[in-house]
Amino acid sequence: MGKSENELTWKELEVGGIVTEPGNASQYKTGDWRSQRPTYDFNKCLKCGICQIYCPEGCVNQNNQGYFEADLYYCKGCGICSRECPTFVITMKEEE
Amino acid sequence: MSQRVGIEVSIALAEAVKMANADVIAAYPITPQTHIVEHLAELVADGELDAEYIPVESEHSAMSACMGSSAAGARTFTATAGQGLELMHEALFVASAMRLPVVMSVVNRALSAPISVWGDHSDVMACRDTGWIQIFTENGQEVVDNTLCAFRIAEDNSVLLPIMVHLDGFHLSHVIEPILMPEQRYVDAFLPLNKYPLPLDPAKPVAMGDFAPPSIYTEMKWAQEKNLQKSKDTILKVWEEFNGIFGRQYKPVESYRCDDAKILLLTMGSYSETAMTTIDKMRNKGYKENVGLLRLRLWRPFPHDELREAIKNADVLIVLDRALSFGGLNGPVCMEIKAALYNEAIRPKVVSFVGGLGGRDITVADFEEIITRGIDIARNGSEQEFEMFGVRE
Repeated sequence: MGKSENELTWKELEVGGIVTEPGNASQYKTGDWRSQRPTYDFNKCLKCGICQIYCPEGCVNQNNQGYFEADLYYCKGCGICSRECPTFVITMKEEE
Repeated sequence: MSQRVGIEVSIALAEAVKMANADVIAAYPITPQTHIVEHLAELVADGELDAEYIPVESEHSAMSACMGSSAAGARTFTATAGQGLELMHEALFVASAMRLPVVMSVVNRALSAPISVWGDHSDVMACRDTGWIQIFTENGQEVVDNTLCAFRIAEDNSVLLPIMVHLDGFHLSHVIEPILMPEQRYVDAFLPLNKYPLPLDPAKPVAMGDFAPPSIYTEMKWAQEKNLQKSKDTILKVWEEFNGIFGRQYKPVESYRCDDAKILLLTMGSYSETAMTTIDKMRNKGYKENVGLLRLRLWRPFPHDELREAIKNADVLIVLDRALSFGGLNGPVCMEIKAALYNEAIRPKVVSFVGGLGGRDITVADFEEIITRGIDIARNGSEQEFEMFGVRE
């Protein structure tokens, strides 16, 4: 992995900003766009996975207990998972 | 090594593109550019030029197709004029920022409204800040020569920028001139194969035209600006090499009878030829001031150093713009020149004229009037920031 886009100087860029390393968009931290974060009450969770299906960022994964949880490196805090959850597991809380 | 032929400038230009062995031509016809692309379409259809000719549905598509083919490493050409250039506008910025060496002939045409198919520089000036290298030509020979030079400059791996070669609509595009058409083997020696460093290639994937957050956009734009500034070194080197092979030397700012001139006129494009005749006439009849002509060939990157050198002995510099900057102080070229000279300790009085709009002729006698009126304004002032030459009051 090369330098992140926060460290590169103008002299280190490829011509026209061409990206030569496939798949490096995954390094981009979209999580810092977030103003609200999802919080979970897993006691109510049916493990149905609807939150994973609806997540537009594709950042919801099952943890080792089988519960669905957003990866906060990517989660933009849109709240769609919270709205769609049939058992009201997910509450959006303001980021401090 | 060259044969002089009587040929329409547009056809000669298309023949130059053929000699450059372009791989892809994507264009949409628009007056006064049509003869260029029609002739290229014929050359491809007749099998004289082995290229892909893409008849697109608009100029926006033309530039988009050119970007794709250039990114794949193909030698790419297009041509447009006036409204067509403006329809490309958005894509022009993308081509330069992605560093795609597209060569485009711009057959300068006045912008609507009112609709005009005739020439002026309003289309160019609206595209000033698109990041393209921009070269002006004055006659058919310069069109052919600079079209060949444009491929060489654009594709040089230290440059990799798109280039506009400007020629005035009708006054240049549609006239038949004696032009030395270079021999193919000398063109081949001058113009090596295009070798784009990171082309689109399934075997070695790259991503182009990427998303840039605030953390990197500034660096990308500075790299682009530094590159455009530095491209002047290569432009000068290519013009030198061209002179070595073909015996015709081009410069960013060209002087005509300026050695002892205290009064300078500055023009761009085909009207410079008429202005040269005026300078000759005024000198031959013993006009009381020594007059000379500067012709600005390289519009972007702007040749500040060469301009400052060229005007250092002048008392008065009269600039003729063939475009308005609506609501601005002067014509766009004059404003640029004033900005370049403002911090100089010694500088001439700069006088701004706008004229030759929408194809209106400026004759030899008109240029004499511009010069004498310009001297008067420089010495006695004017109520206006610039004058519209020849306008009926």
